[in-house]
Amino acid sequence: MTPSAAVTALREKLGVEPALEGRVVSVDVPVERWVECARLARTELGCLYFNWLSAVDWKEQGLEVLCRLDDLDGGWALAMRTKLGPDRVHCPTLTGLYRGADWMERECWDLLGVVFDGHPDLRRILLGQDWVGHPLRKDYAVDTAYEPYR
Amino acid sequence: MADAEARKVIEMGYGGNERLAMNMGPQHPSAHGVFRAILTLEGETVVGVDAVIGYLHRCHEKLGESLTYVQYPSIASKTDYVAAMTAELAYVAAVEKVGKIEVPKRAQYLRVLAAELQRIASHCLWLGTWCLDMGGALGGGATVFLYCIREREGVLDLFEALTGARLLYGFHQVGGVRYDVPAGWTQNVRETLDLIDSRVDEYEAMLEGNAFFLVRTQGVGTISRELAMDVGISGPLIRGSGVNYDVRRAEPYSSYEDFDFKVPVETAGDCYARYRVRMQEFRESIKICRQVLDGLPEGPISSRPGVKSVGQVRVAKGEGYTRVEGARGEIGAYIVADGGPKPYRLKWRGASFSNLSILPHILIGTKVADVVAIMGSVDPVFGEVDR
Repeated sequence: MTPSAAVTALREKLGVEPALEGRVVSVDVPVERWVECARLARTELGCLYFNWLSAVDWKEQGLEVLCRLDDLDGGWALAMRTKLGPDRVHCPTLTGLYRGADWMERECWDLLGVVFDGHPDLRRILLGQDWVGHPLRKDYAVDTAYEPYR
Repeated sequence: MADAEARKVIEMGYGGNERLAMNMGPQHPSAHGVFRAILTLEGETVVGVDAVIGYLHRCHEKLGESLTYVQYPSIASKTDYVAAMTAELAYVAAVEKVGKIEVPKRAQYLRVLAAELQRIASHCLWLGTWCLDMGGALGGGATVFLYCIREREGVLDLFEALTGARLLYGFHQVGGVRYDVPAGWTQNVRETLDLIDSRVDEYEAMLEGNAFFLVRTQGVGTISRELAMDVGISGPLIRGSGVNYDVRRAEPYSSYEDFDFKVPVETAGDCYARYRVRMQEFRESIKICRQVLDGLPEGPISSRPGVKSVGQVRVAKGEGYTRVEGARGEIGAYIVADGGPKPYRLKWRGASFSNLSILPHILIGTKVADVVAIMGSVDPVFGEVDR
């Protein structure tokens, strides 16, 4: 599939307005259509390669989850993003579609505190299981000494 | 959950079907870092894997947010410390993309030269340690290791002459590179390349004529094409599984389109296929290095004038993801800039993190002795896994 064909497909099937920049199609979807968009990308747009998933903390505007999926044969990528909204941390999981989402979502939960609903094993991955807080949140107090590191 | 499973050591006589939880790591010589795999065994067969990582976590992404664009490149090299040149390159390339900063042609060529020399050094270390892991079957175990380390020394000496450092270089900066080549250096590079070129033949003769090596690698740890893409592995791993994906070809950066090289692809997907890919990459990297030396243009090495303070480089509001092909695969940095001297958000896409996450999918059903061979063929660097 070509990126411009993907833009058309996304517009028709999901009713969203994608942006095309170079070989990257960016699409902003509401959180309830997050999985639907990924499923469309996997089954119809040929994005079989799971590249990465992460989030950005926009302070009072809340968290935004980002995900990049690649179509290696077509040589283009889909950059999906969804705004969770102020004080909301729940996002549906993509583990049912891509096995690579497993560790990436665990990392995103660990460092940013996004709860991926439906994830089979949502444990911390980089920090210890007893860690308090999510370091990449903008309100995380870096200088606070936690037990037992005082 | 993992710990509960680990504590549950069941002893049930000698029927052959009892399960045993075995901790491999966190301090295990074959892990090449600090990595703990909780294996559930049924006899000699692995039936469950829980990979525990994070022992080397330094929260690089938070560091990236608290250090300026001038400061961070030398810290970026500490993500993948075995291939520090490409890790730095991923960060500065992302900043240059977001900030629309030009890089002079000479700097682009020097970046390619550094990246390819780094790939050779990194693959040398991989080959040596991997064969060391597989042990005495390779004619004394440490033989290949010592040969590979000897060749890697040659490359590290070149880097030392270029940057003054042997492991973590601080060679790249936003807008170009920091050091130009010293007098007589290019001749040394050519000699080292010629030497390594002939030595790679020796490694191949030594390993591929060894029946034990073939038995331990062929058909072991097979990754299917579908699984490879689904999990998002990259580099020699995905090319060993029949996917022709190399960032240098898919999205050329830093003038890679100027050079003539092949992307080796093998279809078997086993440890031996990954070995073959890397051995061919040695030769392709040597080829690229020679082309760089032949065509190295004159001119400035950086578009950025010297800075008087670390906060002097500012990047206009914007965001972008840039990827480069490191020795282990796609290393990417996603940067959100807010106009200040530091990024608002930095996300590392570490090649080793994605590559390592394939392990729970391919270890099930293998013999416990093969775990070491498979893990070595993945070539994880834990600085990059844990970041």
